[in-house]
Amino acid sequence: MNETIQTNKLHLFTENLTETTLPFSAETLQHAQQIIHTSDFPTTRKEAWKYTRVGKIAAIRSNAPNQQITHSSRNQVIEKNVLTFVFENGEFISAPAQEELPKGLTIKPLSVCTKEELQTIGCLANDSEDVFQAINTAFTKDGIYVHVADNCELSVPVQLIHTLTGENTVANFRNYISVGNFAKASLIQGYFSEAATNSFINVVSEIKVGQNANFSIHKMQYESAGNFHVSTEAIAQEKDSTFTIHTFTLNGSLVRNNLHIAVNGKNCTTNLNGIYLLKENQHVDNHTIVDHKAPHCQSNELYKGVMDDASTAVFNGKVFVRQDAQKINAFQSNANVLLSDAASINSKPELEIYADDVKCSHGSTTGQLDEEAVFYLRARGISEISARQLMVSAFIADVLDKVENQAFLDFTYGILNERFGWEF
Amino acid sequence: MIKITDLHASINGKEILKGLNLEVKAGEIHAIMGPNGAGKSTLASVLAGREDYEVTGGTIDFEGKDLLELETEDRAREGLFLAFQYPVEIPGVSNINFLRTALNEIREYRGEPTVSAKEFMSMVREKSAIVELDAKLASRSVNEGFSGGEKKRNEIFQMAMLAPKLAILDETDSGLDIDALRIVANGVNTLKSADNATIVITHYQRLLDYIVPDFVHVLYDGKIVKTGTKELALELEERGYDWIKAEIDAQ
Repeated sequence: MNETIQTNKLHLFTENLTETTLPFSAETLQHAQQIIHTSDFPTTRKEAWKYTRVGKIAAIRSNAPNQQITHSSRNQVIEKNVLTFVFENGEFISAPAQEELPKGLTIKPLSVCTKEELQTIGCLANDSEDVFQAINTAFTKDGIYVHVADNCELSVPVQLIHTLTGENTVANFRNYISVGNFAKASLIQGYFSEAATNSFINVVSEIKVGQNANFSIHKMQYESAGNFHVSTEAIAQEKDSTFTIHTFTLNGSLVRNNLHIAVNGKNCTTNLNGIYLLKENQHVDNHTIVDHKAPHCQSNELYKGVMDDASTAVFNGKVFVRQDAQKINAFQSNANVLLSDAASINSKPELEIYADDVKCSHGSTTGQLDEEAVFYLRARGISEISARQLMVSAFIADVLDKVENQAFLDFTYGILNERFGWEF
Repeated sequence: MIKITDLHASINGKEILKGLNLEVKAGEIHAIMGPNGAGKSTLASVLAGREDYEVTGGTIDFEGKDLLELETEDRAREGLFLAFQYPVEIPGVSNINFLRTALNEIREYRGEPTVSAKEFMSMVREKSAIVELDAKLASRSVNEGFSGGEKKRNEIFQMAMLAPKLAILDETDSGLDIDALRIVANGVNTLKSADNATIVITHYQRLLDYIVPDFVHVLYDGKIVKTGTKELALELEERGYDWIKAEIDAQ
């Protein structure tokens, strides 16, 4: 027994981490501890991690006890004049004044929540197979607690900014969001880094969308190269609700997104949009699950990727249509453009249908830019670089078109210009 | 305008153009006709700078510049325009935006001021009218969902917008009904001036009823083997190409 523990990477990884002091339920904490004690980091032999190696994350030896919060974040935000909450390395930094919060919105760091409020933590993200969720539960420092009251319609978005700093930092960041019946809200998430190397952020967000509620997330992942990001979103939708998430991954050495949406009620709409634009040695892995458990629902999933240099991407999109979920319209599409011979994509769209009256489609395409089109544009006087950029922008345009938040879109354009030299 | 001397070009090691000579002066319209496989489209591709073709010999002088030394985009900026035989559909790229980018890159290359949005839109209105192209089509994705005739009209619309010195129409008449043909030809005639020139590559004489050429050349087996006036086109229409082949093979 002793021997096995010593060769266990997960054990070595968690050795320096500080156990959470947040009053989660005993059951949730025990469940997490049990997973940590009995399992290890996933290897590529595990189907869900077949194309993503987490060795570099497992090798991080956190200097947690001495970890300094620098407070030097340059206050990068995606949208100004919204309700912005700032965290650094999983710790709470700043929030708007309580009196600025609209009526019906409860929002605060987990660290100031009551024990009762935290009892729901772990009710959605409790996958026994996922060690990252367990690590997050056992070692999380802080995160955000959001409750939007029934019938409350927020006119401004909530913005969550997380900055990763320092060397060998391990930040566990946990969020709980519940959107009441007939409520409407939106959340912007910005994940950045500053002077960070070999650092890792592990985010878990649990989100409940109430009856006839409408909730949307605009998520930007932009940690610098040399850092790692694993993120899990577990969402439960009640009947007549609408949930939309835009996942934009524009930097980071290794990014893994687990998006698990349980559509529990009938007549729901679910939208998943993503882009990943990679270069150098970046690796981005999007695993999504839409689980249709009730009839008369619609889901639309569109992920597009552009890979340059030696970057690699993984897309695994699963749609379940359970036996009782008749009259489902589920559409899923993943399209990729490889800009270099060394870039690669592993794309696996999956449908599992147990109902007999549904309309589902899925598809995956991978190709290069249409050279005939590039030639056509050049023959009209457009330089080769502009021609290729026009083609790439055109390729991702339909994902960008779905973004409702203009500030998020403008921020995206800014990054594409800064990082890729693309103008829109 | 352009002087092609002893041009040899091949694709995948197969020689297609075998010593082609052609000179076109400002204000002239030249028609190039010939049987399938003679090298008509190869000539258009080589002039536009398509990289699949390897030029193995000869020279092309375009307005005093060595055309073969220029990149495709620089040829366009110097005033060469190719109307494609098969215009490419480019989903997501707006016809208008791409043309504005093109026009501005051309102007920048020539050291001219870029075109303002207002000026550009009035150009679009004026030029799309020349080929009776619906303004809605002008603002859609490049050629996406266009009919064959609309695609060819879009080519001439782009030509009108870019106002080239030398336009090469590569089988622009293929796949056009008689009304579309008349519209396209009318567009080309409207754009003609004493300062520009046109090379019309065609398989059929029909187009030449509408675009009257100053010279008609017959391209056969990679060379221009016969040159005449528009009457030559009529004779080809009547007699086909076999008599020319026989004439050449007899030599």
